[in-house]
Amino acid sequence: MRPKLTLLSDYIIARILAEAYELLLRPGIKVQNEEARDMLRREGVVIDPETNVAHIPASLVQRALESVPREFYLYDLHGNPTVHYGGDSVHFDPGSSGITMLNPETLEHDTTETEHLIRLLKVAEQIPQYDAQSTAVICHDVPKDIQDSYRLYLALLYSKKPIVTGAFTNKTVQEMIDMLALFAGGAEAAREKPRAIFDVCPAPPLIWSNFGAGNLIALAKAGVPAEIVSVPLAGAAAPVTMLGTVTQHTAEVLAGITIHQLAQPGSPIVWGGAAAIFDMKKGATPMGAIETAMLDCSYAQVAKTLGMPTHTYLGATDSKLVDAQAGLESGITAMVGALSGINMISGSGMLDFLACHSAEKLVIDAEGIAMAKRMIGGVKQHTDTLATGFYDEKINFKGGDFLKQKITMQLFREEQYLPSDVIDRNSTRQWKESGSLDAFGRAKLRVKELLASYRRPELDSDQVTRLRSYMLALAKKAGIEELPKLEEYETA
Amino acid sequence: MSEELEKLYKDMAQSIIDGDSDLAVELAQKSIEMGVPPLDAITKGFVIGVNYIGDQFGAGEAFLPELVMAGEAMKAAVATLEPELLKLGEARETMGKVILATVEGDIHEIGKTLVGTMLSASGFEVTDLGVDQPADKIIGKALEIDAQIIGLSALLTTTMVRQRELIEELDKENLRPRIKVMVGGAPITRDWATKIKADGTSEDAVGAVQLAKQLVGKS
Repeated sequence: MRPKLTLLSDYIIARILAEAYELLLRPGIKVQNEEARDMLRREGVVIDPETNVAHIPASLVQRALESVPREFYLYDLHGNPTVHYGGDSVHFDPGSSGITMLNPETLEHDTTETEHLIRLLKVAEQIPQYDAQSTAVICHDVPKDIQDSYRLYLALLYSKKPIVTGAFTNKTVQEMIDMLALFAGGAEAAREKPRAIFDVCPAPPLIWSNFGAGNLIALAKAGVPAEIVSVPLAGAAAPVTMLGTVTQHTAEVLAGITIHQLAQPGSPIVWGGAAAIFDMKKGATPMGAIETAMLDCSYAQVAKTLGMPTHTYLGATDSKLVDAQAGLESGITAMVGALSGINMISGSGMLDFLACHSAEKLVIDAEGIAMAKRMIGGVKQHTDTLATGFYDEKINFKGGDFLKQKITMQLFREEQYLPSDVIDRNSTRQWKESGSLDAFGRAKLRVKELLASYRRPELDSDQVTRLRSYMLALAKKAGIEELPKLEEYETA
Repeated sequence: MSEELEKLYKDMAQSIIDGDSDLAVELAQKSIEMGVPPLDAITKGFVIGVNYIGDQFGAGEAFLPELVMAGEAMKAAVATLEPELLKLGEARETMGKVILATVEGDIHEIGKTLVGTMLSASGFEVTDLGVDQPADKIIGKALEIDAQIIGLSALLTTTMVRQRELIEELDKENLRPRIKVMVGGAPITRDWATKIKADGTSEDAVGAVQLAKQLVGKS
């Protein structure tokens, strides 16, 4: 039996949906993108010409919900479907769009550049707990105009895994869609076996910005999967109550799905978010708070009622170091996400309210993810009798009896998750002999090992040339003649 | 070496690696039928598998159930070959005789059992007296079978002092260095082993085999 966490009754979910439909009508959704407004108007939606607030009727939303795919896959470099959006599948990927990275030696939060993203890609590539890569940090050593496309470019060069990414403008989303098509060998190929998914954010409360709605439309038309990351902040940019915030989240996502499906019915889209509470003492948006995890579990339950694929932001911490707070916040929230059956859980590796990334935290978080995945693996019945079959004539009432049974050897790997050396189960003596390290110290060693063992994926040389010249052309338009020399990071 | 023989040795090693006692016994019987010298079957076949698993365990690649199953398969294979060895009058040269016991007042023995399995698999003749054994009984048995090594297990800080008492008893009777003592158990440190004048300690079963080999001068 697979364990499952639910926080809402069916009755409350029905009320959330009913009130969300009310919000879509009154006050309505502020739609700041002209093309989106035109599409809505063509469907008879009343839009205030002054405020751009659209009063979207339930019937239109329900039509969108009918055309939305209930499941789809992301594919790896070789075209294997490795990430399943739909049902209760659970995947994890590193958090996205950090602007700093923890320097494991100085403990400073360094401004991120090319070398930092490459280091994170190399580490995440080799950790099986991460089913997808993310464009984890922004590279400040390239001009702003290409900072989003350049991250995707690096991920394509350094990884075989599917990629969770996002664009920063309506112009660059098209460039990134084109980049994926170029890499896949055509727009059709990119649509058939999508390699990447794009996070798209509405602005709370109840706003679809020009940029957010524009991204939804471009992605829908291209058939490239989109992931709505609605970010209500309970108590500031959303009602203080959890149920109020989840209802606002529902309205924002439903409006997004409507715009998206109007642009291209049947295009893949995910019910996601990075909901959080608003910290009333510091004015912060704590990602490690238990209420943040509860909001995510709740909206995922709403999504599942409608059969939608799901995403959330959990497994991160607000601590500035990879310390005990980081461990407990990341571990507990990753567990909540997994138990909620959320398809893609982003956030691992991240500190400081999603601003700072850490390769060391990625390897520690992988152990928490493994524990969460083991948990949802559940307690299974492997044998006909539960116990009696284990006690045969060879039993001589000794402690080691069961170690000598063939079935122990056959089943122990299924029953027990075998952690990496980041988890300490040494005797005190062995621990002392290995340097008396704490989890962070062990993680530093593991990161060094992973950086040393990393190998670039073997890519088709034409593919690489096409990708490079496309990226270089974008760079030139952005005002630089050359891209950072990647060879310099090979021994990073 | 004929191809058939080469394959037999390889299968023997693999049967140990897979911890497949039935197959190991079957292969041992087959080797007897083929007229393979039983000592060769052990040293060129089965032992290769035990060594492999031991190395894998040391490197963190293999786990306790695999180690124990390999040891059990090795024991089964050797037991099948033993009558042949006796018939030929070329009893397998054992690495040495070891007495194992958990000290008086202590009933823990998973670690000791593992050490016993691994020592047997590595060619030692092991007599495991079990748990809660008084010093005089352990020493008596060691003298009776002319053991070179006594392996003493204790899991509790309250019972580990019994290890010291046994060593003092051996010294009093002038039985050392004829009988070496290795100590083990969760609370046992190298410092403790030195302090009580034991001949050595190891933290795991693979290390215990290396230690035992050193103590009998066959490492």
